[in-house]
Amino acid sequence: MTSGRFGEFGGRYVPEALIPALEQLDEARLSAMEDPTFQAELAELHRTYTGRPSIITEVPRFAAHAGGARIILKREDLNHTGSHKINNVIAQALLTKRMGKTRVIAETGAGQHGVATATAAALMGLECRVYMGKVDTERQALNVARMRMLGAEVVAVEHGSATLKDAINEALRDWVANVEQTHYLIGTVTGPHPFPEMVRDFHRIIGVEAREQVLGLTGRLPDAVVACVGGGSNAMGIFHRFLEDEGVRLIGVEAGGEGLDGRHAARFATAVPGVLHGAMSYLMQDEDGQTVDSHSVSAGLDYPSVGPEHAHLRDTGRAEYVHATDEQAMEAFALLCRTEGIIPAIESAHALAGALVLGRELGPDGTILVNLSGRGDKDMHTAAEWFNLVGDDAGTVPSGESDDPGATGDGRTQL
Amino acid sequence: MSTDLGVADVLARCGAEGRAALIGYLPVGFPDVEGSIRAMVAMVECGVDIVEVGLPYSDPLMDGPVIQNAVEVALQGGAHVVDGFRATRAVRDAGAPALVMSYWNLILRRGVDRYAAELAAAGGAGLITPDLIPDEADEWIAASEREGLDRVFLVAPSSTPERLSRVTDSCRGFVYAASTMGVTGERTSVGSAARDLVDRTKALTDLPVCVGLGVSNGDQAAELAQYADGVIVGTAFVRTLSGEGELGARLDALRELTTELARGVREGAR
Repeated sequence: MTSGRFGEFGGRYVPEALIPALEQLDEARLSAMEDPTFQAELAELHRTYTGRPSIITEVPRFAAHAGGARIILKREDLNHTGSHKINNVIAQALLTKRMGKTRVIAETGAGQHGVATATAAALMGLECRVYMGKVDTERQALNVARMRMLGAEVVAVEHGSATLKDAINEALRDWVANVEQTHYLIGTVTGPHPFPEMVRDFHRIIGVEAREQVLGLTGRLPDAVVACVGGGSNAMGIFHRFLEDEGVRLIGVEAGGEGLDGRHAARFATAVPGVLHGAMSYLMQDEDGQTVDSHSVSAGLDYPSVGPEHAHLRDTGRAEYVHATDEQAMEAFALLCRTEGIIPAIESAHALAGALVLGRELGPDGTILVNLSGRGDKDMHTAAEWFNLVGDDAGTVPSGESDDPGATGDGRTQL
Repeated sequence: MSTDLGVADVLARCGAEGRAALIGYLPVGFPDVEGSIRAMVAMVECGVDIVEVGLPYSDPLMDGPVIQNAVEVALQGGAHVVDGFRATRAVRDAGAPALVMSYWNLILRRGVDRYAAELAAAGGAGLITPDLIPDEADEWIAASEREGLDRVFLVAPSSTPERLSRVTDSCRGFVYAASTMGVTGERTSVGSAARDLVDRTKALTDLPVCVGLGVSNGDQAAELAQYADGVIVGTAFVRTLSGEGELGARLDALRELTTELARGVREGAR
């Protein structure tokens, strides 16, 4: 087996044509991580552009609903472009230049990683194309406009379920054909080696900062670190610095969707290992090995597989994985808005829902660090519909249905 | 016709005839399972030497639009992995070896050892694995050795000398040279990259080297046959089978294309 394994998970399940590019990338990122010039450039961009370090915020009025445990949020929502995604994107864009490539491509569920990539491409003068499921481009016209405003080309993918996984397929096809000048800027901790390890390393700064900040605030380590898990990049980012802190529980919250009897994206609750998009991990699949469509109210968690390092942390017991349903996540979403004046991304609201349950378990002596991975401005359409915020005039909020007969899935929210 | 239907035997026989082999791909279940099997048998009857039996997969990331559409139809029509075994049996009964072409998760899900045993029992010659590199294939290499199955890995124009060695050392049957960087689909010209890749590969192995990606007509087949041991055609067959009208007429068109390509690999005699 190749290097880049986390236990039995990970690997490189890709066409041979991509192997030289993956080897080139692996060499480039390893040398960059050892290169003080690269590190200094990245740190300076994070300080003056991303907005790092991001702050932490204790949320006592929210925590009152969680058994009185102390709850502290790591505010990745305050980063430029509105989520943790920019940490990885800025670093990979620098690597792209380091490799002498001039073009980046990316997948996006419905916008966040695509916007971050378009942003970094604009900043560094790279050509940029973003693949997005057709369903999502129709429902997220505003994000498509943001990316185009930033100079990116947005391609609507009509094949398969016309959602995130099909956007990744199309990005991989582009990469094979144009690999000489093109870097595939993968947005999460999955894909073939070295992506899971590299993307984790570029997000590790979240946990490094947060650990220090929580120690400064409370004088001790938190009892638990909680993060939502789609592909799993924000969770790996905040977990990694705590791996050696044995007393700190690491808890990932997957999207329970309609509940395990309905459509969902709770991979660890139901799935078995398999290969998708270059990596071996837990995978929602049927008896033949065909990928099964996932579902979540939050498109950022709506993916049928999960980063391979999470699969390893789960199987070794170092991290625990639970799920929050659409309903639980939306309740937590509303609660944070009303109690603290912070509108979270619906993805991050899954982590908040997990913290509410955990807080009641830990009681007033517990301290929980939650990664607030993104902000919820992008989710207002979904929230307005969910909470019926537009009064009796049902026509004010579009139903979110697509006219495309081939369109399935829920594209109302954004990755 | 020889009774020995190993891929190596067929390629050797073609070589002895001074020509390249014609290798044809079709996905199981397109337009339906019966129709796909009839089409594979028709190809054998009209001059395809080896059949690639494609297993439809939900995420075919090496395939262009024509094959993507076909496998979506196959999956919507309820095609299953086990239908591939009916196809391999039918192709073998028609007198040609059948290699299953599959994305790796389908094999992994069934269990590599179990799949290998079932494939051998169904008269299959082996597997072509477009998203499995030898580095990840320990289990498959062991299973294929045990069952006497061929294993065809791919090389690409981007392959370094080190990668070419690694891949060719792991192949059994032949080496699949992807002629261009990109997905499956017809191309107006196959280009010089294919010849360069075949030369670089042949310098490292005695195995036959067959070329795929982009061939759609007899003239292109003839051009490739000048230096390749086999010419692999997929999209052009699938497109022919995708036409409007009743299946019988489309099968006639498929026979016509097969005949043209079979002429092509003979015209390119070295």
